[in-house]
Amino acid sequence: MDPENQGLIKRLAEELGTEDLVVILGAADAEAVEVATETLRDGDPAYVGPLAGVQLGLPVLHIFEDEVKEQVEPGVYEEHVGLFAVSFDTEGIKEAMGRARGEG
Amino acid sequence: MDLKGKKVVALGERDSVPGEVIAAVARAAGAVVIEVRTECFV
Repeated sequence: MDPENQGLIKRLAEELGTEDLVVILGAADAEAVEVATETLRDGDPAYVGPLAGVQLGLPVLHIFEDEVKEQVEPGVYEEHVGLFAVSFDTEGIKEAMGRARGEG
Repeated sequence: MDLKGKKVVALGERDSVPGEVIAAVARAAGAVVIEVRTECFV
């Protein structure tokens, strides 16, 4: 996760608190989303960015996950995300998110 | 997790799903989008 975005999230968490803060990712690379999810929860694993050693514990979702999809009208989701969902490995992304959360 | 009323940061990517798309879906789910970013790896 690039240092610029780490800095952004750190600043927002400091200003607004973490209670209602949620990050939704759109990256299509499974490894990238796994690392980003871990970084936003446990801190930067590479210990180079602003979140090195900072455990924000933020919830992270991916736009391809059912947990997001189920919360909007099907037509609205399809209009915005449909083309992307058929262009990328959505199952691979979902599995990566599950791994990052330590699920099954 | 119910997104309604949550403060969402949309972190998209230019070569996959852009931040603006994530933001539109999050707003449709009742979230308050507080930041939208689209990373570019060129």
